[in-house]
Amino acid sequence: MSTSVLYDAPGPVTRRRTLISSGVASVIVLVVIALVIIRLASQGQFSAERWGPMVNPFDPSFLAVWRLLGQALVATLVAAGLTLVFSLVIGTLFAVSRITANRYYRWLVVGVIEFLRGVPVVIAIFFAARVLPEVGLDLPILWYLVIGLTAYNSVIIAEIIRAGVASLPRGQAEAGYSLGLTRGQVLSSILLPQAFRVMLPALISQLVVIVKDTSLGFIISYEEFVRTANIIIQTLHNPIQTYAIVALIFIVINYGLGKLAEYVERRLSRAKRTAAAPADPATLDTAATGGG
Amino acid sequence: MGVIIEQFPLFVLGFLGTVRLCVFSAVGALVLGTILAGFRVSPVPPLRMIGTAWVTVFRNTPLAVVLFAVAFGLPELGINGSYFYFGVIGLTCYTAAFVCEAVRSGINSVSAGQAEAARAIGLTFSQSLSLIVLPQALRTVVPPLGSVIIAMIKNSAIAGAFGIGGDLFANGVQLTSAQGYAAVGALTGALLGYLLLTIPGGILLGVLERKVAVAR
Repeated sequence: MSTSVLYDAPGPVTRRRTLISSGVASVIVLVVIALVIIRLASQGQFSAERWGPMVNPFDPSFLAVWRLLGQALVATLVAAGLTLVFSLVIGTLFAVSRITANRYYRWLVVGVIEFLRGVPVVIAIFFAARVLPEVGLDLPILWYLVIGLTAYNSVIIAEIIRAGVASLPRGQAEAGYSLGLTRGQVLSSILLPQAFRVMLPALISQLVVIVKDTSLGFIISYEEFVRTANIIIQTLHNPIQTYAIVALIFIVINYGLGKLAEYVERRLSRAKRTAAAPADPATLDTAATGGG
Repeated sequence: MGVIIEQFPLFVLGFLGTVRLCVFSAVGALVLGTILAGFRVSPVPPLRMIGTAWVTVFRNTPLAVVLFAVAFGLPELGINGSYFYFGVIGLTCYTAAFVCEAVRSGINSVSAGQAEAARAIGLTFSQSLSLIVLPQALRTVVPPLGSVIIAMIKNSAIAGAFGIGGDLFANGVQLTSAQGYAAVGALTGALLGYLLLTIPGGILLGVLERKVAVAR
């Protein structure tokens, strides 16, 4: 860590001090972990009876538990996938209408976006699940969750896309106009494709939020991970073990998505540096054909 | 919609419950998050590992899972308390990870010359961090920190759904499920309470952002 500006490359004294504080910190951490483990062990939290159904393939409940968790995974991915698709479509519409709106009704679009951004996701989901049936719209539970999540995530995605469009050089739009493209054509064939590209890492990060928020399905009894965990706990009485596994699954999925976002970001910034020259004629090409 | 007027005291109580939950959690998360950020930039590897592990775990786990894990796990460790207490702990641990990342990016945004100057006059790591870098970082960090706190206010509704009781969400839901009011009115009432916190919060944040903005 000699690259950090916060401290110098350590000399012998500092190295010794760092070593000592590392030792002290490690000992403290290990003692805390050990205390937690001893305490949990004394409560029988490491018994085969509690962990067996989770990790031992020969345990009689193992298959049933993992079948449930598998179903929960599918339920989570379906809800997250549908939410992503709808949020992208509706979010793009929001972004386009905010960009193209004339000043007489821009306040309306901005108002709707700001309102939806301020609504807690749980309330949006609960609202969809309770109010839509009251007005006669009976849907499978999945759709209430997707509607609730989309209400929130579409405006966030709209803001991401708008930021992406705003980050493009003015010349892009000007070049489009000078070719005789209409405003809609400039947006759809020049600005939006580039905005999506620039904002791809942010969009992937938003997918992490969506995956996490599907867990709120438990309040409307959608059988995602939290609801499934609570069902498993009712029979096996091993909440700590079940939640440890569920948390681990979420961490693996979301950590992977986070790494993917970082990778895409690195690739994009590298592409920008090395392939800037060939990229420009390509854009012009599309614009020319788009203008027909 | 008449329910909002009829049951106004219940909504006010819920609002105060939410405010109480948010104040405790916000203070906890800001303190813990800043300490974790200090860990993440420190020269001591085990501390950096703690910071990184905390952020990786809590940023990637849904708040609902954190809350259930806290409520089931802490009693096994001999820590008992009300659900409100567990809600505060869960919300604090979860939000601290986001505070940590906001503060850390703020620390990284302070120009290298500042830290170099601090070192040149002989300040130690903790002195340069607490006297030179953090005071400047906190100004750049105000906008992202504000967003984190506003997100936390909205997330406090999850704590309500998880069962701490007595907050806006719980009171709103109770009106529809136990007392048979139409969901539209009861939920709108609860929603208005949250908007009363988040929208002025956002406006205040915008003002603050312009006030503390530093030209770099």
